[in-house]
Amino acid sequence: MAVTQQPKVERKWIGKSIRRVEDPRFLLGRGAYVDDITLPGMLHAAILRSPYPHATIKSIDVEAARSLPGVVAVVTGAEAAELCAPMPDFGPAPDKHVWRCLAVDKVRYVGEGVAAVVAKSRYLAEDARDLIQVDYDPLPPIVDPEQALEAGAPLVHDALGSNVAYERTFTFGDVDKDFAEAEVVVSDRLRWNRSGGQPLETVGAVAHYDLGTGMMTIHCNSLTFSHFLFMMANTLKVPSNKLDVKPVNAGGSFGSKFWAVKVAVLSGMLSKRVGRPVKLVEDRIDNISNCDHHGSDRVYYVEMAAMKDGTLRSLRLRTIDDYGAYIQFGTGTHGNSLAQLVGPYRIKTAQYQVQAVLTNKCQQGAYRGFGSEVTNWMVERMVDLVAQEIGMDAVDIRRRNFIQPDQFPYFIPTGNMYDSGNYEAVLDKALSMIDLEHWRAEQKRLREEGRYIGIGVISAQERSVFSATEFWFWFDEPAAKVTSSPESVTLTVDGAGNITATLYSCAFWGNSAETMVAQLVAEEFDVEPQNVNIVYSGSNRSLPATGPGGSRFTVMVAGAVQGASTRIKEKMFKVAGHLLEADVGDLEWTDGAVRVKGVPERSKPMAEIAAWLHLFKHSLPDDIESGLEASKVYDHPYTTMPSDDRTNLGVFYPFMGNACHIPVIEVDITTGHVTFLQYVAVHDAGTLVNPRSLGGQIIGGTAQGIGTALYERYVYDKDGQLLTSSYMDYLIPSAMEVPDLEIGHEETPSPFTVHGIKGGGEGGRMMTPAALSAAIDDALAPFGVRCNELPATPERIVNWIEEGRSRQPELTE
Amino acid sequence: MVDRHRIELVVNGETETQEVEPRRLLVDFLREDLGLLGAHIGCEHGVCGTCTVLMNGETIRSCITFAVQADGQEITTVEGLASNGKFHPVQEAFWEKQGLQCGYCTPAMMLRTVEILRENPSPTRDQVREGIASQLCRCTGYQYIIDAVLEAARTMSAGAETDGKVLVKQGAGPSSAEAAAQTQGSGPALEEEAEDASRQKES
Repeated sequence: MAVTQQPKVERKWIGKSIRRVEDPRFLLGRGAYVDDITLPGMLHAAILRSPYPHATIKSIDVEAARSLPGVVAVVTGAEAAELCAPMPDFGPAPDKHVWRCLAVDKVRYVGEGVAAVVAKSRYLAEDARDLIQVDYDPLPPIVDPEQALEAGAPLVHDALGSNVAYERTFTFGDVDKDFAEAEVVVSDRLRWNRSGGQPLETVGAVAHYDLGTGMMTIHCNSLTFSHFLFMMANTLKVPSNKLDVKPVNAGGSFGSKFWAVKVAVLSGMLSKRVGRPVKLVEDRIDNISNCDHHGSDRVYYVEMAAMKDGTLRSLRLRTIDDYGAYIQFGTGTHGNSLAQLVGPYRIKTAQYQVQAVLTNKCQQGAYRGFGSEVTNWMVERMVDLVAQEIGMDAVDIRRRNFIQPDQFPYFIPTGNMYDSGNYEAVLDKALSMIDLEHWRAEQKRLREEGRYIGIGVISAQERSVFSATEFWFWFDEPAAKVTSSPESVTLTVDGAGNITATLYSCAFWGNSAETMVAQLVAEEFDVEPQNVNIVYSGSNRSLPATGPGGSRFTVMVAGAVQGASTRIKEKMFKVAGHLLEADVGDLEWTDGAVRVKGVPERSKPMAEIAAWLHLFKHSLPDDIESGLEASKVYDHPYTTMPSDDRTNLGVFYPFMGNACHIPVIEVDITTGHVTFLQYVAVHDAGTLVNPRSLGGQIIGGTAQGIGTALYERYVYDKDGQLLTSSYMDYLIPSAMEVPDLEIGHEETPSPFTVHGIKGGGEGGRMMTPAALSAAIDDALAPFGVRCNELPATPERIVNWIEEGRSRQPELTE
Repeated sequence: MVDRHRIELVVNGETETQEVEPRRLLVDFLREDLGLLGAHIGCEHGVCGTCTVLMNGETIRSCITFAVQADGQEITTVEGLASNGKFHPVQEAFWEKQGLQCGYCTPAMMLRTVEILRENPSPTRDQVREGIASQLCRCTGYQYIIDAVLEAARTMSAGAETDGKVLVKQGAGPSSAEAAAQTQGSGPALEEEAEDASRQKES
């Protein structure tokens, strides 16, 4: 945890909005996505999905499917269970909520796979799929998460004996005292419904099991975590050193491809079964219904304690989270919430009760924010409620409670640390970009015309760079030690002095992974970023790597690049010292060359040193080996362990970004439609590597936040049927629903990361739902509307207005 | 055995003749039979527009179009945009303005851009916004895409003013500023576009 940040460093490439180095291949239509891969002799798979949310499988008749010409194999869940062990599962009791690549005996949600077909084409595979006869015995489904808690509710997993997969209450500080002393206590029930990443490219894999070598090679767009792939090898029953997962560029993820392992397992299992390469790419219905990556689905009962002057004291909540039929990551999404539970505020105590409930739905996974975006919404909704209760302005109450710049590093009640920040500066910059007086005047004027505009102001956190503790501290006796979630890079300098960077995780998901690495390497070696060659290693000879997720990649790979660069420079200095007949201590790195300090004419450029190292070993000192290559495994730079009694969870998500969003909207009270009049977003993600690419993340994240706040929801009806199984029903914002953003950046460098970088990939979506909820409340204040459930669809908004009118009959014309 | 139909069509200026099942989707035909992998599959319901290609210069959803429906037609995919190792001005603008992140919707978005700018070489920001609303993008929030389309409009009209032939040389037929200037409907333009494409091939 050394402080690595140098004050006011001059940088050549970091901070520049260069054109992205990865773009040309995508612009040419040569993205090399997973569905673009064809191997000799490759077959195609399709999955038969359950139409029932909850049913026992009495029998499966595959004869007609098997006998269709062109069909090579049909594999039922029962057969798959012999070919494969259960799926890798980080949940609380994997033996009691057993998750398999295909269902065995019982289906637990609409869309769960029950059989797989392998055929010469996808068309034939789907033809055969339609010929499979499954005899189901339907069971009563459990759909509502609160009803799932009740005694006598249908059980998703009989072996568990309950639908509560996990339950725990953490108490941080003397919460009861703060509530007893509070002058104001507000409470609410908040409901955040499930949405998901929905990248336009689904999850896919091409597996090739080579009978001759025993190698299982899987090209896949969804597996990072190279150091956890031994778990998938166990599932596939292959030795871990015979599994090679090749990273493939992903056409978007937004968390939903984070360790999305099932498609890779299915393709691997099927390839092993038929002895030929097998491609399996989800179709859209597969992805919507069966991707294992629906987002958070929470009910909150929450109270906030405060004083009349606006001082916030404490937060006490119970949350019921509907995880669906399985719980692959345990309650990691709530661990994530605990990283920034008190937002940017000096709230001193908190109590957090979570009940992780299982229902007959697709299971949760990751979606941009990984649960902390819900927390941001909840905290900001409650701060707004306190402000309303005491008649304080939204800006003033936030200012009053901000953690101050001189208080960092700041430890919040849960134990996590906020490394740095300047929340007031972020808020002030946002306010400077919007004319609040103008909008308040407009609001007043338009209300007289029967039009309703609203302004939302929120300030919230973006935690970045996880250690893995959030998955771990739930258990008093965890099954294993906490990991360091490392990222690795190898830099190879060839004999002409050109650099190749090898990445070890599935790093490109639409983020700018390659541009980041290119800029970081360029900064180290004074080369042009576009001249840095970037390649990906398969997992078979991988160094530990974790990949994107939790806004970690840029920070972590920056550490790896700096570490590997230092090693390369050390070797170059040795050679240069020999060639220049100078002491290494008298040398310096300047403009792509090693030179004698202050003597520009006595220098050796990198290309010349590289040539010596590749070609002329015999002319160098004995202890110098040929070649110029170095690797660095960069471990999480700041993790501390929780206390044994879990009253302090330790530091696990320390590099804390912050943002202020101010949307101005108009709500049509007849239709419930929301339109944007202005949208200002100021983010502080520490030192910027590429402002434009970060801007792209902010805008894209905000667009998804708009979807979450206003449109998107995976809707299951009371019978457990998924009503939103296509894009006709699952509503992704188009250009007409997303406004142009006005973006501002603050830069408060992290004192603990290389170059002071913090993560920034999730911030947009982590702010927008809270900001829009506040704006809706503000617009509809005359009706007493309180936005306490998302998405705030037109229907819901119209209902809120009607409820407001019924409470205040004088509003009805 | 399913009947197969012989189809003949022009794809990116090349005549292709193949036998296909009547149910074969155009996107699968382009990707699997012709190896044109720039056409991507998104939602398979014609909603997201990721599979968009140009048929006779107009955008269509290739995931809900049968290959047999393209018989006798002219198709342009993203592979037909760059020529002679040079980006089309739309590609250049998307790179310059970072009108992409994951790149998956990008080929379709650029083909739609070609169509938008042919119909209206100098659109307003609002017109571009409405124009690209036929295409979903999950990464960008559209803002930089709109910037890119406007940038392409600027460079293409500047190019057309200084040298009308530049765009013909750089781009596929349907993006030709000359064709755009002469085209309102789709009928007569097709022949000219085909001529442009064939001239381009010869050169």
